[in-house]
Amino acid sequence: MILRLSWLALGLLLMVGSVSAAVDTFEFSSEQERDRFYAIGAELRCPKCQNQNIADSDAPIASDLRKEVYRLLDEGRSDEEIVDYMVARYGEFVRYKPALNRETLVLWFGPLFFLLAGVLAIVLMVRRRQKVAASAPAAELSPQEQQRLDDLLNKKSQDD
Amino acid sequence: MRRALLILPLLIFLVLAGFFLSSLMSKEAGVTELELPSPLLDKPFPSFDLPSVLDEQTRITQADFQGPALVNIWATWCVACRVEHPVLNRLAAEGVVIYGVNYKDNSADAIKWLKDFHNPYQLNISDADGRLGLDLGVYGAPETYLIDAQGNIRYKFIGVIDDRVWDTNLAARYQALAEEAQ
Repeated sequence: MILRLSWLALGLLLMVGSVSAAVDTFEFSSEQERDRFYAIGAELRCPKCQNQNIADSDAPIASDLRKEVYRLLDEGRSDEEIVDYMVARYGEFVRYKPALNRETLVLWFGPLFFLLAGVLAIVLMVRRRQKVAASAPAAELSPQEQQRLDDLLNKKSQDD
Repeated sequence: MRRALLILPLLIFLVLAGFFLSSLMSKEAGVTELELPSPLLDKPFPSFDLPSVLDEQTRITQADFQGPALVNIWATWCVACRVEHPVLNRLAAEGVVIYGVNYKDNSADAIKWLKDFHNPYQLNISDADGRLGLDLGVYGAPETYLIDAQGNIRYKFIGVIDDRVWDTNLAARYQALAEEAQ
């Protein structure tokens, strides 16, 4: 019985070993290099699972790209070189921060354009309304109405 | 003026609907919304020096390609590749030049596959560690590249090539490259 249990325990231990092996283990030479690795991983988009970055994704391709980023960091490449390396292979798409160029002009400035269009629309509407209000004949009260208004106002102040 | 403003939402709706519809309709056969444009278009096929699947001693490089040809990225772990394989066999029988890149796979499995399902590839490149796949920007198998006579990548197709994809999309492109080469 004890022998069987110890075999079971050994089996469980081995299983744990194989599970942790599935997670990437990278050794970094410095804390700074580790930070750079995670920063680049967060900035690169996984081509397969398109709404995740390569640091988050479990897709095999994301794991390959993480290894590649690690290898390039190890070679001493700069952050920019590493991102350019990925863009040369996977296209502009892999950047979560797209570069500013002719194709991404709408992406960068589209929101600003719509904001300005909205502001312009509001300004025009307010102006028109003011014009309408200004051109409307001033409201005049008949003596009776004026009397009633005064009464009401007096009543209100007495209540206070 | 007031009346014009009233139909403005309808107008915006129509413009948007037209935009979405045209994007939907302009998709070529088999092209999904997940497809990314390849930055390698009109650029030379990445250089490589890799062993053959069938014989480890034989080295294959990009200089061995003679376009126009299809370069098909496949693997035995790729379920969709099994669906695609009979189509490639048929194309090869019709005289289409196809080179195979066995991507992140082991050669023993690949050899068994080629024996069991027939070998449509004129060259079988073993990219066991996925290095060539990475240089090509492969992010899933199957992927197929169309290369011209000069060895430049002219088109990238992601996903399974079936009869419809071939007839409505790739056949004409392949034919155009063949005519260009003459």
